[in-house]
Amino acid sequence: MSALLSLANICKSYAMGEEEYEVLHDVNLTIERGELISIFGPSGSGKTTLMNIIGCLDVPTSGEYVLDGTLVADLEPRQLARIRNKKIGFVFQNFQLLPRLNTFSNVELPLIYSGLKAAERRQRVLGMLELVGLSHKAESFPNQLSGGQQQRVAIARSMVTEPSIILADEPTGALDQKTGQQIMDLFRQFNQAGRTIIMITHDPIVAAIAKRTVRILDGRLSEEGGAINAKRDTEDVCR
Amino acid sequence: MLKEILKMSVDNIVHNKTRSFLTILGIVIGVGSIIALMLMGDGATSSIQSQLSGLGGNKLTVSITGTPIKSGLSEQDLQGMATLNNVTAVSPSTSARSSVVYGDTAKKNVSIAGRSYSFFEADSSLLKAGRGLSRLDIENRSHVALLGSNLTMELFGNKSPVGANITLGGREFLVVGALASSGGFSFSSLDDSVVVPYNTAERALGGTRVNSIDVFFTEGSPVTEVKAALKVRLTTVFDGRNDVFSIFNQQDMLDMMETVTATMTMLLAGIAAISLLVGGIGIMNMMLVSVTERTNEIGLRKSLGAEPLHIMLQFLIEAVIICLLGGFLGIILGGLLAYAGSLLIGFEFAITAFPIILAFGFSVAVGLIFGIAPARKASNLNPIDALRYV
Repeated sequence: MSALLSLANICKSYAMGEEEYEVLHDVNLTIERGELISIFGPSGSGKTTLMNIIGCLDVPTSGEYVLDGTLVADLEPRQLARIRNKKIGFVFQNFQLLPRLNTFSNVELPLIYSGLKAAERRQRVLGMLELVGLSHKAESFPNQLSGGQQQRVAIARSMVTEPSIILADEPTGALDQKTGQQIMDLFRQFNQAGRTIIMITHDPIVAAIAKRTVRILDGRLSEEGGAINAKRDTEDVCR
Repeated sequence: MLKEILKMSVDNIVHNKTRSFLTILGIVIGVGSIIALMLMGDGATSSIQSQLSGLGGNKLTVSITGTPIKSGLSEQDLQGMATLNNVTAVSPSTSARSSVVYGDTAKKNVSIAGRSYSFFEADSSLLKAGRGLSRLDIENRSHVALLGSNLTMELFGNKSPVGANITLGGREFLVVGALASSGGFSFSSLDDSVVVPYNTAERALGGTRVNSIDVFFTEGSPVTEVKAALKVRLTTVFDGRNDVFSIFNQQDMLDMMETVTATMTMLLAGIAAISLLVGGIGIMNMMLVSVTERTNEIGLRKSLGAEPLHIMLQFLIEAVIICLLGGFLGIILGGLLAYAGSLLIGFEFAITAFPIILAFGFSVAVGLIFGIAPARKASNLNPIDALRYV
């Protein structure tokens, strides 16, 4: 069985006025199904860009990204949207719930874009809310929920389409330690149920929970304990 | 999925009540004024139509500008025309202005309409009381007069003026009849005029020569032939010049009036359309603000799998709903305005389908045209940039 996703020689650079600013440099990463992996690095290291590329929100300047057997290059915005909808669940640092929608509707949102019928959506959303322990808050609005509860709503939303990957960007960044711990427990629980979870974090405690940690620094990736991509000088890799 | 997107659009309109209301108001004013003007134009046209057709179809109207030597028609000319084939009667008109005095009441600058007996023969509904002008009145150039309905009211109140003596331009006239009111809106109303024999007006009151005649012909005779014969005769009368008079029949007149009112209506509706344009710009402005405000939401929706088309539809539907609401309310407002106008000015009021279809079409078009740019802007947002925007 092939890997869930593989990144090969991924480079990403932005034009900042006249200068070209390289954010990711020759990144190689393979993630198998069922992993709980953390991408660990300080701010400005390029980890959010990496997450955007993995999450199909952004495309690399060069390199090859294969997700679930699909080559994610030269895809139309519409096709990228389909992939995000079906295969990826996002969890953001600041939850990103729509304040005007209640818990139920927030979780329902990705299913609407999947084109599911109302009855099926309802069944799935209620099932998901039960899993994260928020069945009693289905009618509440985000401003009536605590930070931990909001993040659980966000997690329910990310998983409701049964995606291949959960991508969590600093999932505990806006939470206190105890609540953060509960969220981490939730992730661990889902991972044990077979979900692939990728956490992006600068918090070593969070990173430590993962079974596997890759470090990112100045756009270069290294496995925990390994040297930072020192195999070769890769000026020619990135075009 | 369309149903859900529709719900999102409606939710947003409802959520931004004040903003939506003001934007809708812009469209209401635009559509309302277009509808009101078009309906009033229609009403005026049909009023004119019914009035003109009430005057009878077997009539040709000649208006004369005349030459410097011969400014109007003489009695012989008129008699000559009366002998033409199929012609039953010739009713000449002259006009003058003069003061009118009755007892202690005096009115200056009253319009004096010189007419012939045939004018009253053609339409018996003109008279309210007394008699019309007779053949004898014309032959004798009698000093007799008939009063228009408004003038009767002003000089005599509710009394009958028949038999009274009034003074026109210093000469005594016997009032022999009173005219019926022609109704509020008419381009040829005699309500404020005094009718006297046309030759009396011409000679005694310093009026014009005969510069307008109605030529009546037998029902069913060929209009074009009568018109041609009349033209030949008039050309002879004016020494071979055929550019100093014009002959209308009823249909010509009807067509001309219709053209005039249609042009006026179009012109006014065009001006009103500018306000709809302004309303459209209002929508665009609101939608652009809305897109900027909801950049983050758009980014989130995209990360959850919304396709560019979904985002675009959400915003476009919002703009179109606002326009449709505005259009619907505008039609009601315009209808009410046109109704009030018809009561005030006194013409017919009828709701016709054309302006309503036009207004609905216009408002949907405005929604699409002015909604598409903001909607495209929203759908083209890069999800990363949109998510970073807080």
